[in-house]
Amino acid sequence: MKRIRRWGPGLLLVSPSIVLIAVFVYGLIGWNIKVSLSDWRQAQPSSGYAGLRAYRDLFHDAVWSLDLRHILIFTVVFIVGTLFVGWTLAFLLDKGVKGEGFFRAIYLFPMAVSFIASGIVWRWLMNPAPGDRETGLNAVFDHAGLHFLVNQWYLGQNWGMAAMAMPAVWALSGYIMALFLAGFRGVPEELREAARMDGASEYRVYRHVVFPHLRPVTLSALIILGHISIKVFDLIVAVGGKQLITQVPAVYMWIQIYDAQDYAKGAAIATLLLIGISVLIIPYLIFTVRSERNA
Amino acid sequence: MSTVAQAPPLAAPVRKRRRRRTIGLKYVLLLILAVIILMPVYVLLVTSFKGVIETDAAHAWSLPHLWSVDAWRQAWTQLSPNMRNSFELVIPATLLSTMLGALNGFALSKWRFPGADLVFTFFLFGMFIPYQAVMIPLTQLLTNIHFPTGIPSLIFAHIVYGIPITALIFRNYYATIPDELMEAARMDRAGMFRTFWSVVLPISMPAFVVALIWQFTSIWNDFLFAVFIVTDPSQWPVTVALNNTTGSLVTPYNLQMAAALLASAPTLVVYILLGRYFMRGLMAGALKG
Repeated sequence: MKRIRRWGPGLLLVSPSIVLIAVFVYGLIGWNIKVSLSDWRQAQPSSGYAGLRAYRDLFHDAVWSLDLRHILIFTVVFIVGTLFVGWTLAFLLDKGVKGEGFFRAIYLFPMAVSFIASGIVWRWLMNPAPGDRETGLNAVFDHAGLHFLVNQWYLGQNWGMAAMAMPAVWALSGYIMALFLAGFRGVPEELREAARMDGASEYRVYRHVVFPHLRPVTLSALIILGHISIKVFDLIVAVGGKQLITQVPAVYMWIQIYDAQDYAKGAAIATLLLIGISVLIIPYLIFTVRSERNA
Repeated sequence: MSTVAQAPPLAAPVRKRRRRRTIGLKYVLLLILAVIILMPVYVLLVTSFKGVIETDAAHAWSLPHLWSVDAWRQAWTQLSPNMRNSFELVIPATLLSTMLGALNGFALSKWRFPGADLVFTFFLFGMFIPYQAVMIPLTQLLTNIHFPTGIPSLIFAHIVYGIPITALIFRNYYATIPDELMEAARMDRAGMFRTFWSVVLPISMPAFVVALIWQFTSIWNDFLFAVFIVTDPSQWPVTVALNNTTGSLVTPYNLQMAAALLASAPTLVVYILLGRYFMRGLMAGALKG
């Protein structure tokens, strides 16, 4: 009894949130799965059971395969690009430069802007219009004599999604820089100093002391970027709209609800997105909580 | 970098010169990257102050010959009702979800109950889910229980789905407060609320700033919830209205850019004034304290 009096109030304080999360996260996920198994394929809700039909439809759907191809290209370019730029920025800032705060503020500022807003500029920068209507980056390339770089950007037939990843790299590189910078600075100075005392060159200090320390940070960065990438929605809507050539699963789900009013199929896409993310996130959560407990 | 490693030992003056050169190179690289990252801002600003005639391809990258605020005036006329909606959304949603986060973070780290870590993990998963996976039933449920439509629905959604991140920010912060402080309060027979109110809350300012900025930015910038939940255009927050005006190809570039800047102005102002705390919120999002 005394024990309960000790911890009871804490549980009571959190309980409204527990109920909200239980209902609005877990309960609605269950409900969404139920919708995906239903025959609700028109504006009017319907709860007849249709089994895995929506999933089977997706499996044979050429648009869905195209979406998967798009999201795959986007994810690879986005993750590799962001890790590379973010890592480079952190590496350059690591040893301390004059005006570090100023540089950091510039590199991070894209995080404060919505993709809906920045997508507008990127649509202009990546405008593929030819000849005397040429603007944006193509115009820059042409003026600089780099004609071979002039391209179709996000409207390119096969690899347009690689260009679509550019605004995302631009937006998230500062974040990854911040993560890596914390990683670089987390390496105890004594370790670096000890290696230097042993006659290691600065290159070897990085290679053998600093970089191995960055593995956990790199893993976090990969998982964070991966889950952002699977969910990407705003950016695609802002730059490409509903065009098929830039469509990804999250946009397809939106189209299914608003234009086709096929709720079962929309819910099935949402469930597949959730599965994709869970595969990444659940092991990460378990790992993080466990290592926190051991700490 | 690798050349330095392989080179034979150099005489001290040579090494010094070389180091100065690498430092110079470092600044050049940092500056180039800064210019690239700021390039979209240049385009936004320059284009937004052009008259409509100058938005053609021939003047694409140049400064305006005639500076004009027409586009800004027009953007303001079109978006000001939605800016107002966004403020009516973001102020209550940010304040309420931050307060809820403080209480949750406190109980999950300093007034713990058996299974507190499990509950926290159970919360955290909600931060990563694609919200599409709850969107269809969420809109259906809100309609079925006759929840006030439009902005109130959106406020509610942001409070609920903001529970994980705000709990995380405050829990991480409170973890740095020594437990002895709580024990001392318990010795004085202070109850939970009294302890929270007079011991914990007065030192919670840093976490409040981080959580407020984080929630303000993400709720202001949200598009996904708004586009699914708010069906009445007069209730749209600014992100949805912005996408709607600029999505059409007939909108001239100067208006598009001015509208984008206008819609981003509040979060940019917050970032410029309080950027330091913004970075801390980001780090919390990576689950690290």
